[in-house]
Amino acid sequence: MTPTVTSEEEPENLPAPPGTSPEPVVMGARQGMFGASDGGDTSGYGGLVAPVLFPAAAVRPYGGYYDEIADHLERALVGGSASYSQAVERVVVDRGEMTIFVARKHLVAVARALRDDPSLRFDMCTGVSGVHYPHDAGRELHAVYHLLSITNGGRRIRLEVSCPDDDRHIPSVVGVYPAGDWHERETWDMFGIQFDGHPALTRILMPDDWPGHPQRKDYPLGGIPVEYKGATIPPPDQRRNYS
Amino acid sequence: MTNQYVPLMFFAAIGLGFAAFSDFVSPFAGPKRYNRAKSDAYECGIEPSPRALGGKVPVKYYLTAMIFIIFDIESVFLYPFAVAFTKLGVFALVEMVLFIVTVFVAYAYVWRRGGLEWD
Amino acid sequence: MGIEEKVPAGFLLTTVEYLAGYMRMHSVWPATFGLACCAIEMMAVGTPDYDISRFGMERFSATPRQADLMIVAGRVSQKMAPILRQVYDQMPEPKWVISMGVCASSGGMFNNYAIVQGVDHIVPVDIYLPGCPPRPEMLLHAIIALHEQIQNTPVGVNRVAAARAAEAAAMAATPTHQMKGLLA
Repeated sequence: MTPTVTSEEEPENLPAPPGTSPEPVVMGARQGMFGASDGGDTSGYGGLVAPVLFPAAAVRPYGGYYDEIADHLERALVGGSASYSQAVERVVVDRGEMTIFVARKHLVAVARALRDDPSLRFDMCTGVSGVHYPHDAGRELHAVYHLLSITNGGRRIRLEVSCPDDDRHIPSVVGVYPAGDWHERETWDMFGIQFDGHPALTRILMPDDWPGHPQRKDYPLGGIPVEYKGATIPPPDQRRNYS
Repeated sequence: MTNQYVPLMFFAAIGLGFAAFSDFVSPFAGPKRYNRAKSDAYECGIEPSPRALGGKVPVKYYLTAMIFIIFDIESVFLYPFAVAFTKLGVFALVEMVLFIVTVFVAYAYVWRRGGLEWD
Repeated sequence: MGIEEKVPAGFLLTTVEYLAGYMRMHSVWPATFGLACCAIEMMAVGTPDYDISRFGMERFSATPRQADLMIVAGRVSQKMAPILRQVYDQMPEPKWVISMGVCASSGGMFNNYAIVQGVDHIVPVDIYLPGCPPRPEMLLHAIIALHEQIQNTPVGVNRVAAARAAEAAAMAATPTHQMKGLLA
């Protein structure tokens, strides 16, 4: 049920008013407003504690065509290797976009259902990205798949799969979406997520013998200090930052 | 001999002389700065794939050369035959068929060796 | 066995230098090494508006074998560095390098693990051209400055003497971190 709004914005782009959907989940807190620790902080914002919020699981109705997609997916998964409630951990609808959190062992079944079912037909996977949440124990690494359905009128959906840091394996969707080949190589290169069943999981952006996975949060920036005449500026991650 | 081609011969001689001069004098006049990469095959900056003959000649071109010889020589002989075959009679036809069969053996060799697949 | 290395210093050598410099400066063929955004400005220099053809340099050669000048236009990543060096090595002498843009000169805004902080870590650079990206007119100015440098290159014994003098000057100069500039 779309809430009535008096502004001229589209209803789907506004967050739901409080009470109609669960409150956002607090994932962590950010201390301090200015990141520098050298020198005194006279602004007083150094003591600020701001929560980091993530949208909670959405409740039905989702809005737009997302309800149809969820229903069709539920129907398409019947009789397969997993049912909708086993495969889908949670659905998040935030700012007009739907994200389906899928359990990693049912990822290929869900992707195949999304691609093959005529009323879903998400025929294009536009990318596989990785995310690293170091403080979310048990679900540190996420792989995010963006799917687009051209035949069904440009519908877009997002799948998100998570895996823990000590068991970095996610099944590969190359058998379902061959375009994900290089995207999965990039995610392996940058985050260290191993995609089981990928034909050739090698480094693609960094040189072949590069140690580490650069886009993880615990990987250093690797800058060098810059030398000027009579002064040296430290690398960017060690300078004062105002974020 | 006021031949009208004499200036052309002079022109050709000057051109040839310039080319020969550049070719023979430059090893003596210029410095030699050797570098291993200068004698490698150019492969867009990566180390070139190892091959025979100093690394610069891709081997599969010999099959292309064989195909060229087969078809070119064959067509050179077929042209006069095609023009005159009504006057030559059955004997020439039989002879030409035997020739084509012989060339076909070489063609079959190239075919089986993969010379028609360009990878 | 180069004869030019053996000409004694004097009027003959300066004439040879002048002629060799003149010939070399007017017949430079750049090698395409456009890597990132600066390559767009390098392409713009090839257009009639800015016209690198006025020097005869519109023929960018893709093969280093026929190139004199390598214009490194754009950021060089760690993965590209050995390729850059190999292409530089495959160019025949005499060769020059212009590092176009701040990313090629010093790493630019990318002070991180992936980008080489200055292409002079890999190849010797003759002209550093700052800018992000430098305007096509700035690239033309850099090319003109390079032409002047080529015209005045010493040859043979003069070159050896110039190299020794440059080395002695560099040994005696103040190191960068001890220069005070306006901060003193």
